[in-house]
Amino acid sequence: MGGTIRLGRGKRWLEHPWLFPVVALVFYLVVRFLASGGFINDYWQLVLDQSLIITIGSLGLSLIYGFCGQFSLGHAAFYGIGAYTAGLIGKLYGHGNLAWFVLALLLGAVAAGLVALLVGLPILRLRSDYLGIATLGFGIIVKVLMDNSNKLIPATGGATGMTGTPRIANFTWIFAVAVLVILLVRNLVSSRYGRAWVAIREDEVAADAMGINTTRYKTIAFAVGCALAGLAGGLYAHRYPFVHPSSFDFLKSIDFLIVVVLGGLGSFSGTIATAIAWVFLLEGLRGVLGQAFVDWRGVVYALILVVVIILRPRGLLGGREWGALVPRLSLLGEPFAGKEEHRARVGG
Amino acid sequence: MTLVLEQIFNGLQLGFVYALIALGYTMVYGIIRLINFAHGDVFMVGAYLGVLGYTAWGLPFPLAIVVAMVLCAVLGVSIERVAYRPLRYAPRIAALISAIGVSLFLEYFCSLKFVFGPNYRVVSRPFEVVNFTVGGANLSNIQIVVAVVVVVLLALLQYMLFHTKVGKAMRAVSYDHDAARLMGINVDSIISVTFAIGSALAAAGGVLYAVAYPRIWPFLGIMPGLKAFTAAVLGGIGIVPGAVLGAIIMGQVDVLSAAFISSQFRDAIAFSVLILVLLVRPTGVLGSRQPEKV
Repeated sequence: MGGTIRLGRGKRWLEHPWLFPVVALVFYLVVRFLASGGFINDYWQLVLDQSLIITIGSLGLSLIYGFCGQFSLGHAAFYGIGAYTAGLIGKLYGHGNLAWFVLALLLGAVAAGLVALLVGLPILRLRSDYLGIATLGFGIIVKVLMDNSNKLIPATGGATGMTGTPRIANFTWIFAVAVLVILLVRNLVSSRYGRAWVAIREDEVAADAMGINTTRYKTIAFAVGCALAGLAGGLYAHRYPFVHPSSFDFLKSIDFLIVVVLGGLGSFSGTIATAIAWVFLLEGLRGVLGQAFVDWRGVVYALILVVVIILRPRGLLGGREWGALVPRLSLLGEPFAGKEEHRARVGG
Repeated sequence: MTLVLEQIFNGLQLGFVYALIALGYTMVYGIIRLINFAHGDVFMVGAYLGVLGYTAWGLPFPLAIVVAMVLCAVLGVSIERVAYRPLRYAPRIAALISAIGVSLFLEYFCSLKFVFGPNYRVVSRPFEVVNFTVGGANLSNIQIVVAVVVVVLLALLQYMLFHTKVGKAMRAVSYDHDAARLMGINVDSIISVTFAIGSALAAAGGVLYAVAYPRIWPFLGIMPGLKAFTAAVLGGIGIVPGAVLGAIIMGQVDVLSAAFISSQFRDAIAFSVLILVLLVRPTGVLGSRQPEKV
């Protein structure tokens, strides 16, 4: 890691490559310290864990859409596939055994990745909005299958939801997985894969002409991104007492999309920051609005969404990265800039 | 056989309602390339306003439809002004996120207790249900009303698009914004007109839906909205006859799979059909293959 050339116009020390591990370690220790001192109650610990889980899943969509430009409206389906696969393994064989837990997480990710590979090969031929609609349809199909899964495997509980998965994913586990995923995504994005993805995002035809096997790289992005969603799902199933099909529906896919777009397409540090901020905003509204106005929560949430996107149409970070997370000068330019505007005017 | 015919009638009824929603999706997409996720919720507001019209406000049924259409046209134009126009030259995904925000806003705002309330509401019908027998199958007067209203609205839309100046301007804007502007067309007002017409059609669809399936709630718009949008994509998005064709296919698939295969799997079957059609014809049944821009 770390060349001598670095992006960024900010302060040098803010971009030092050692800053990320230091910040991560300090964050972990502070949370553990506060939690053991009783300053963070179980509820806020749950919210924090949820925000890290959403971060992992969103990073997956960030690879697929933010970096490779493949519009997906069905990300929650893969999150759900991971949750059900890992949750079932944990429930039927794991019983709280750590080795089984790790295996369940891995198999959850693999299952989501494999399904993504099988689905992706045919449907990734579709472009932009058509791909979005096909993935949306796939998400709804998966939701229906989850609702009826108890006919094949009674342990899943079908539409009533699944209970009984051991709750052994604590903050330490989730945090460790999140840090590993962030490092993985960072390395992928600045590898030859990342360069090929960005090339495809900017112009698929030109990328093809430059000798990039676009089908191969798009499928890899889709499979890896969905595997990360599956991993997040596995953690979710081992953290919460209840896995229910409605947690993986169309609205959940929209949640992932909002996080990735608000963070700024092609900025994984933006995705991380937005994922955490968004989950805390949702829960924070509950406290701020108070009991009398709890009905207004959805209204305020929707208004914040509209106002933020109008003020920052390119997302909060708009394609920039936190320097400490960028290993060397890479091509994380302004995403979609020329092409989309061109299309909106000429084609529109 | 009679049973099949009866289900085909039911499928047509649903398909006609989908067609009214799908037209709004397809026209907006055709003109500004935006998947207007809030459209299904305009449909929901239309259903509520229509029902209020012929119950609480005591209007005759045809007038209730017109009032709902006018109010929803105003709503649609306001949504475009506030939430989409500032993002016209931003990346397309920004407008899509804004549309999702508006959709959530309408759903949760209408769920507030002083608006429509969060619960299901069973509504009364504006007229008695009468059943006729056609070829041994039941055909209700609701189905006839739905068909008549839809056909009249479609004929009006077709006339407007191809025989009036506004229609010509809409087609020009959907073809090329800049060239249309150079020809002296006010692009902003044409986009407003498109939203007004699309939202009015959705409102009419909403009222008919409430009459045909008399149970409404603020999240009513999500599934019909998604299905109608799917129908528009199925027929080839941006193409008006394609939306109607796709909607009729979608209605039949929906009703027939619920009746003869499994009602639990009806959504899965409907969307499987969509994916299969897209794999064979990536731009929909009536869509043309667009040349790749380099």
